[in-house]
Amino acid sequence: MEFKGRTWKFGDNINTDLILPGRAQLFTEEEQLRCVFEANRPGWIEDVAEGEILIGGQNFGMGSSRPAARSLRNTGLACMVADSINGLFYRNCVNWGFLALECDGVAAAFDEGEEASVSFKNFTVTNLRTNKVLQARSIPDVLMNTMTAGGVLPLLESEGLIAPKQ
Amino acid sequence: MGMTAIEKILAKNSGQDVVRPGDLVVVNVGTAVLYDNNFGPSIWREILKVQDPEHVVVVFDHRVPAKDIVSATAQKIGRDFVRKFNIERFHDVGASQGISHVLVADHAYALPGSVLVCGDSHTCSAGAFNCAARGTGAPDMFYAVTKGETWFRVGETIRYDLKGTLETPVSMKDVFLYIADTYGSHANQNVEFGGDALPRLSMNARRTMTTMCAELSAEFATFEPDQILLDYVRARNPAAFEEQYPDNDAKYLYRRSIDLSAMEPLVALPDTVLNNSQKVGDVCGTKINQAFIGSCANGTLDDFAAAAEVLRGNKVSSDVRLIITPGTQNIYLEALRRGYVEILMEAGAIVTNATCGACGGGHLGILAEGESCITASTRNFKGRMGDPESKVFMGSPATVAASAIKGTIADPREIIG
Repeated sequence: MEFKGRTWKFGDNINTDLILPGRAQLFTEEEQLRCVFEANRPGWIEDVAEGEILIGGQNFGMGSSRPAARSLRNTGLACMVADSINGLFYRNCVNWGFLALECDGVAAAFDEGEEASVSFKNFTVTNLRTNKVLQARSIPDVLMNTMTAGGVLPLLESEGLIAPKQ
Repeated sequence: MGMTAIEKILAKNSGQDVVRPGDLVVVNVGTAVLYDNNFGPSIWREILKVQDPEHVVVVFDHRVPAKDIVSATAQKIGRDFVRKFNIERFHDVGASQGISHVLVADHAYALPGSVLVCGDSHTCSAGAFNCAARGTGAPDMFYAVTKGETWFRVGETIRYDLKGTLETPVSMKDVFLYIADTYGSHANQNVEFGGDALPRLSMNARRTMTTMCAELSAEFATFEPDQILLDYVRARNPAAFEEQYPDNDAKYLYRRSIDLSAMEPLVALPDTVLNNSQKVGDVCGTKINQAFIGSCANGTLDDFAAAAEVLRGNKVSSDVRLIITPGTQNIYLEALRRGYVEILMEAGAIVTNATCGACGGGHLGILAEGESCITASTRNFKGRMGDPESKVFMGSPATVAASAIKGTIADPREIIG
């Protein structure tokens, strides 16, 4: 599984209230999508396109348990890579089916707009302008399977534990 | 080589002799706490099977009483779920209502040595009970409720040995701000607390600390068990438990000593608590529009007492809205009986019902563009309590109360010193 796309850069300690503000917590998924990064990067949600890649710094997604990973998935981003990902946000990436890699040094290796190639097979990240290749932290099979299967809800649904989405 | 307290809890609940940093463990969930946001129309998926209803707790806390039609709908869905599966531990709007983490404490639902999950980031609060308690996402909660288990990545542990004595009005909030300012992020790491000071730290004070560890991005925050903890739990919950002590040769990433006697009031500047606090004297005079005391971190009876001590016989500045929100309705009632509510209201504070309220910018005290607030609650992210262009400073309940009187950030020692 490999993705190539334009990168969008965000910094260290990007928190969940920036990704999905509190006022949007009970909104519909579509309404929540319109609010992504409205405080720190107004207008970005109009600019981001299907298949692009988000590059983050340290402790990406710190903060709340809210479905911020689902909102990022709904932007159409192919995946994200950050120097490190907050533990709770990482759980939400796995469970909402948003592909996310931890790769120390990735923020320094990219300027915004450069093309990246991200492999979820070898867990590598390549800057296609500089050809620099970085090794990311591997993802255990069980979590990788959940992440690529659209998260944990389709699994629970297939086992008859939760009802299909209405 | 021995294990830390959290490693022992995770080993016990995953049926293993040993777990080490780097492991991925699947553990049995002792307690799964659902709250109103989980039942929100954009999140909720109808649960068809509950693994064990006795392991489930349902609480409405973020927006109670319902503040709009969406939150009313979420609570209605939640009540239907409770009825369908006969969930006995249900805290609906009324006498038993409160913030989930505070209710978990008041009822000792979090048993020492067990695993507790809840879809709210401040679930690490219950680590004060020597419990592996972690905030998860909503999908995690569907998994835990239907399958009775969850997974964790095991991180390394940092040990804090607390010694000395806190000198009033310095509180555990100030100690937390000191740790966050000095040591910064603890992402993907566990935090363990112990030391000689434990006999002088109430469960409320310990819980302020463990709750705030969410702001360090810690995986788990755990207190070493002691007699105060064991007596507290046994007085409230008849269930059997096995508390877990760290091994003498446990391996810690760092071991740090904190002298409580040397602590002083600190204030975190807006947007983060990480490496971002100053001594209260250095920010005195900063104008504020609102002051808030509440949340799962600071809505306890100890916090009411601290605020009342500062506000007794004083008046809140006419330029400030002081909002105080108890952690549970029980705490509210006890604060009434002890006369704290009367003192606070005579000073000009608004005392609301128990709810997360202003802490998350949900209701009961939203900030407008350009306004500043000093808060004794959990989080001061940009836009957390309202408009993205509002500012949130953070301090202890005593510091917040003193600031409400002055109309600017103020040192509580100048009022009760």
